[in-house]
Amino acid sequence: MSLRQTMPTQPADERAHNFNEVALGYTMEQAVSEAKRCIECKNPQCVKGCPVNIDIPAFIKSMKISDFDDAIGKIKETNSLPAICGRVCPQETQCEMYCVLGKKEEPVAIGRLERFCADYEREKGVKPPQRTTSTGKHVAIVGSGPAGLTAASDLAKAGHKVTIFEALHAAGGVLVYGIPEFMLPKDIVQEEVDYIGQFGVDIKPDYVIGRIKTIDELKKEFDAIFIGTGAGLPNFMGIDGENLNGVYSANEFLTRVNLMKAYQFPEYDTPVKKSKRVIVVGGGNVAMDSARCALRLGADEVSIVYRRSDEELPARREEIEHAKEEGIVFRLLMNPVKILGDKNLMVTGAECVNMELGEPDDSGRRRPHEIQGSEHVIDADIIIMAIGTSPNPLIFEGAVGLKASDRGTIIVNESGMTSIEGVCAGGDIVTGAATVISAMGAGKLAAETINEYLDKTNQENAC
Amino acid sequence: MTYNILEKYEMVPTVHLMKIQAPDVAKATKASQFIILRIDETGERIPLTIADFDVVEGSVTIIFQEMGKTTKYLAKLTTDDTLQDFVGPLGCPSEIEKLGTIVLVGGGVGVAPIYPQAKAYRKAGNKVISIIGARSKNLLILEDEMRTQSDEVYITTDDGSKGHHGFVTDIVQNLLEGDEVINRIVAIGPPVMMRAVAGVVEPFDVETLVSLNPIMVDGTGMCGGCRVSIGGETKFACVDGPEFDARKVDFNLMMSRLGLYRSEESEAVEHYESECKSKTGCGDECTCH
Ligand SMILES: Cc1cc2nc3c(=O)[nH]c(=O)nc-3n(C[C@H](O)[C@H](O)[C@H](O)COP(=O)(O)OP(=O)(O)OC[C@H]3O[C@@H](n4cnc5c(N)ncnc54)[C@H](O)[C@@H]3O)c2cc1C
Ligand SMILES: Cc1cc2nc3c(=O)[nH]c(=O)nc-3n(C[C@H](O)[C@H](O)[C@H](O)COP(=O)(O)OP(=O)(O)OC[C@H]3O[C@@H](n4cnc5c(N)ncnc54)[C@H](O)[C@@H]3O)c2cc1C
Ligand code: SF4
Ligand code: SF4
Ligand code: FES
Repeated sequence: MSLRQTMPTQPADERAHNFNEVALGYTMEQAVSEAKRCIECKNPQCVKGCPVNIDIPAFIKSMKISDFDDAIGKIKETNSLPAICGRVCPQETQCEMYCVLGKKEEPVAIGRLERFCADYEREKGVKPPQRTTSTGKHVAIVGSGPAGLTAASDLAKAGHKVTIFEALHAAGGVLVYGIPEFMLPKDIVQEEVDYIGQFGVDIKPDYVIGRIKTIDELKKEFDAIFIGTGAGLPNFMGIDGENLNGVYSANEFLTRVNLMKAYQFPEYDTPVKKSKRVIVVGGGNVAMDSARCALRLGADEVSIVYRRSDEELPARREEIEHAKEEGIVFRLLMNPVKILGDKNLMVTGAECVNMELGEPDDSGRRRPHEIQGSEHVIDADIIIMAIGTSPNPLIFEGAVGLKASDRGTIIVNESGMTSIEGVCAGGDIVTGAATVISAMGAGKLAAETINEYLDKTNQENAC
Repeated sequence: MTYNILEKYEMVPTVHLMKIQAPDVAKATKASQFIILRIDETGERIPLTIADFDVVEGSVTIIFQEMGKTTKYLAKLTTDDTLQDFVGPLGCPSEIEKLGTIVLVGGGVGVAPIYPQAKAYRKAGNKVISIIGARSKNLLILEDEMRTQSDEVYITTDDGSKGHHGFVTDIVQNLLEGDEVINRIVAIGPPVMMRAVAGVVEPFDVETLVSLNPIMVDGTGMCGGCRVSIGGETKFACVDGPEFDARKVDFNLMMSRLGLYRSEESEAVEHYESECKSKTGCGDECTCH
């Protein structure tokens, strides 16, 4: 039995002061040793856990004999964004959760192996994909997050002309505006986006659907549409003082830092407030990312305020551990009830209460209750609200007949088709905030559905 | 993407007009909507109201005042340059309908966003009374254009160099106290002006709208940076506005939020000025100041 290879990382005290990537990636020796742990199951369970159906044992087999070119080729048969997935997939609850080795020891580090192959190819120079003969059909994709990019690459592979409309100036969705540079370097995202461009996909940035054009208008111009607009509307708690100066939504804070590169201000023009004491409210990946960005901007103390206990923190374990190592303070079983400010309406702190856990709620997690009389003040000059996001309603403007749930998500059938014929949707706009890989899985499914739909309309037209 | 600059000139000192080629934006634009632009890769995204648009020519006109780094840099660009990003139209269009008599109030560069409204209200069959103000005669913009789109035009200057010596609010007050029924007032300008208008209309029962200009990033409802408090409720100005009922706006909060980055803004200007000096040596050729 060999042990799982540990991921080399930048030392915590160093990385807490820079935006360079935390996890450095396996060396070639490590990659081969890790690959050799895989026993190439006849009926590989791991594949079940991969929403984009990577032939995991096959690519790992090639890695065992150091044929990384073949390995990346196998990965790319079904996944056009391997360098991204290898970094941000929550592998522990995806492919790796099903790996048989996990029963007795640690599962094969599938995600890290995937990352290795993608990085290997990137360093050598990525082979441009082969173009397919054109079907003459034109598909519109709204939103260039992982869902939209995946749908685009699969549809382009099938020979359709694809145009992506993106509201922001850069493609990638949360991959570029949310997830920080030190988790997922932006030039890597750019290179994978460029790769999808090489399939002949046309990406139109600066294009807000619902404003410049509506879904109804797109329907007239295109043969089919995929909507992958994500869940980008930030939630606030609705407590007093939330509009004070110095209270950010995680989305705004992260967008300034990542998309607009405020950490390089004034070389980049967009500022972000730097401060001594920062509170981040929430316990998911978004909260961890915000806290770790604030630390890297030079804060003396950054704390996570979360109303449940360590066990319920929804963020990936690895990210929680990394945050702790870097010195992020965890104030658990605590909730802000009011944000305090001075006469200039600048934040000075948060009044918080302690919580205790009661009976499980609908989600199966124990419901937190306030402990009476536990009010206390934590000083802060920046407070970041990372308590979730909702779908942005803009897409529904001028989309007659597009059905939404009470939560504002788009309703689709099991094949990803919305209430409008020929219009599919997937990713966070359908599920609410979820993961990169589930969005990609949805993009893949929708691409299949659109292919079938276009085939069908072709036949109808032929009659 | 890159966007061509079709026309560019200084209207009055520090206020510039720029016409940009953006046919899809022009086609979709309605009164009171805005765009967000970014000059280049390192640039900030800044919102500017669409002052005019031409569907046939495929152009969108913006009018901006030099404030900080981005607008100073924008002021230096010529028709040989391009903009990297130009997103729009953003924001909800004004609900323009036939109401009767509309009073439009524009202060400083706020006359620019008032102009398309004058056109639209006029076209819908309203009587349009415009009040346009500036600090001084030489800073007054769009006077002729406003005259062609209004039934009556009042001019005010802070220093009395033209028209009424005083503020736009003086005229608003007179009109409200006069005999004519006013069906709606729309006021756009510096926050202090809009707050003053809100104060003047307070005792009268006349619908009054202001167009709010908080700091924005994406302009699509994604960041919440533009949030304003309207009648105690939080709204995102970029998607719920930018027009709101003047009497419900928490102006103090909005004005304080506008000042959040004051020190960073001066740092950006200093950095910009020092950087371009070092690049060009600021000789005769220099076009950077
Ligand atoms: C800070 C942060 C960290 C995260 N970390 C992880 C992680 O480590 N691992 C993981 O698996 N998941 C993570 N997630 C979740 C993951 O990023 C999302 O689930 C995933 O990106 C959803 O993909 P999507 O394609 O559905 O939407 P998005 O990535 O949200 O992309 C939607 C795109 O559509 C565009 N758009 C929206 N409306 C319009 C419109 N009207 N017109 C045109 N374009 C429009 C948006 O600008 C955006 O670019 C994280 C999320 C955040 C916010
Ligand atoms: C919907 C809307 C419409 C606008 N229309 C016009 C217009 O037609 N003409 C015009 O001259 N100005 C307009 N503005 C204001 C304009 O956006 C700011 O003057 C500009 O962003 C200043 O950028 P700067 O880098 O030159 O100055 P900075 O030094 O960055 O800032 C100067 C002042 O501008 C404000 N500001 C800074 N950044 C932003 C930002 N990203 N978004 C909004 N305000 C900011 C701040 O209050 C700051 O004190 C509008 C603003 C909004 C929100
Ligand atoms: S894409 Fe994600 S789930 Fe699939 S194999 Fe890679 S890491 Fe595992
Ligand atoms: S389940 Fe684990 S051991 Fe089996 S093929 Fe998949 S990765 Fe290899
Ligand atoms: S500018 Fe980001 S939500 Fe309005």
